[in-house]
Amino acid sequence: MVSLNAKERMLRRAAADIEAGMTVNLGIGLPTQVLRYVPADLPVCLHSENGIAGVGPVGKPDRNLIDAGGAYVSPIAGTSYFDSAVSFAIVRSGRLDLTMLGAFEVAGNGDLANWMIPGKFTPGAGGAIELAQKTRKVAVLTTHTDKKGNPKILEACTLPLTARACVHRIFTDMAVCDVTPEGLVLREAAEGVSVAEIREATGARLIVPDAPLPVF
Amino acid sequence: MPMLDKSCGMAEAIARIPDGASVMLGGFGVPGTPFCLIQELVRHGARDLTIIKNDSNEAGMGVDWLLQSGQVAKLITSHIGLNANAVRMMNAGALEVEFVAQGILAERIRSAGAGVMGFVTDIGVGTELAEGKQVVTVDGQTGVFEPSLRADFALLHAARADSFGNLGFAAAARNFSPLMGMAARHTIVEAEEVVPLGAIHPEDVHLPGPFVDDVIALPELPEVYGVVER
Repeated sequence: MVSLNAKERMLRRAAADIEAGMTVNLGIGLPTQVLRYVPADLPVCLHSENGIAGVGPVGKPDRNLIDAGGAYVSPIAGTSYFDSAVSFAIVRSGRLDLTMLGAFEVAGNGDLANWMIPGKFTPGAGGAIELAQKTRKVAVLTTHTDKKGNPKILEACTLPLTARACVHRIFTDMAVCDVTPEGLVLREAAEGVSVAEIREATGARLIVPDAPLPVF
Repeated sequence: MPMLDKSCGMAEAIARIPDGASVMLGGFGVPGTPFCLIQELVRHGARDLTIIKNDSNEAGMGVDWLLQSGQVAKLITSHIGLNANAVRMMNAGALEVEFVAQGILAERIRSAGAGVMGFVTDIGVGTELAEGKQVVTVDGQTGVFEPSLRADFALLHAARADSFGNLGFAAAARNFSPLMGMAARHTIVEAEEVVPLGAIHPEDVHLPGPFVDDVIALPELPEVYGVVER
């Protein structure tokens, strides 16, 4: 097997959480890349905010068929199209089993900030607020630290929130962590990364189980 | 009893839009964006417009033509991140932008089209997005009131129309279009194909004719409707 770098391992680990029968929305960027590691025969319904259930793979461009990130996707057997009100009825009424989103910051209590950096970057939140607040399981997929090495997992977010206490699981290039009522729990470590290194790169209090951690 | 023929010339239809009007534009990215109607609105020159659209397109196309011509006073939208010109104008104070969560934008438009005054939701509660909104408690749950969003005009792009204004949309080009067609006082449609009455099967109508006022047949599609090369 070809050896995977840290990013590829993170994507492959996140893909393992996508289970048969789920309806899933993957955010723009890293989350969409998770698809590379989902088995082609796994029965999963991908939802896109612009009105698609059953998003097929990127294919021969059709000018009328993009996903919410602007990629030219294709229909598959069972695809449906609908308007934006129906699309967000699917989101808000709890029909999505899982969403994976990017983050500027995520807090140990599950608060998520991913839509604006005041004074620097204000693109608007698109559909992220409703995805974060209403999907049954919300996973964040992010590098563990920013480009300067500062933690992105914090005790409390400093940026305006997308939604409060919405994140259940965090996948990074270093670790898998879960937000629990007791606090942020370290579940798995990336190959070759020590618990001490994870603690050092994490800005939130981290609960580390006594048992040896699974490695991904 | 025959159905009214709503066929109209493009210049004649767009000339109805006065300065200060609120105008909804269908489309999510390229699919569904009524580029020809927008181009005619630039030619027509109505100013001080409030534009309502999911996104601000990319720089150099669609909504951006109206931004660059200085016709837009306010943009109500969910996302402008793919249009550096819109971001620059907003940061420079040259454009007022009201951000609305995408599904709340859709629902505010849908509820206007349904003839109700608004709805209560918990989306945004506990964040600064809810600041300034009227708080409502329903069955012990905290929500905010979101008012319906109407507009003077809606400009839509349809794959198919008949002369009465029954519309069919292609794939992901549907998005906000049927909602906006219902929410505007006057709905103008450009169609890739205008077919005889009866040629669209009644079960295949995505927006029924009673919501539509003007139907314009596009002669041929300019390049801007095509696949975006990145």
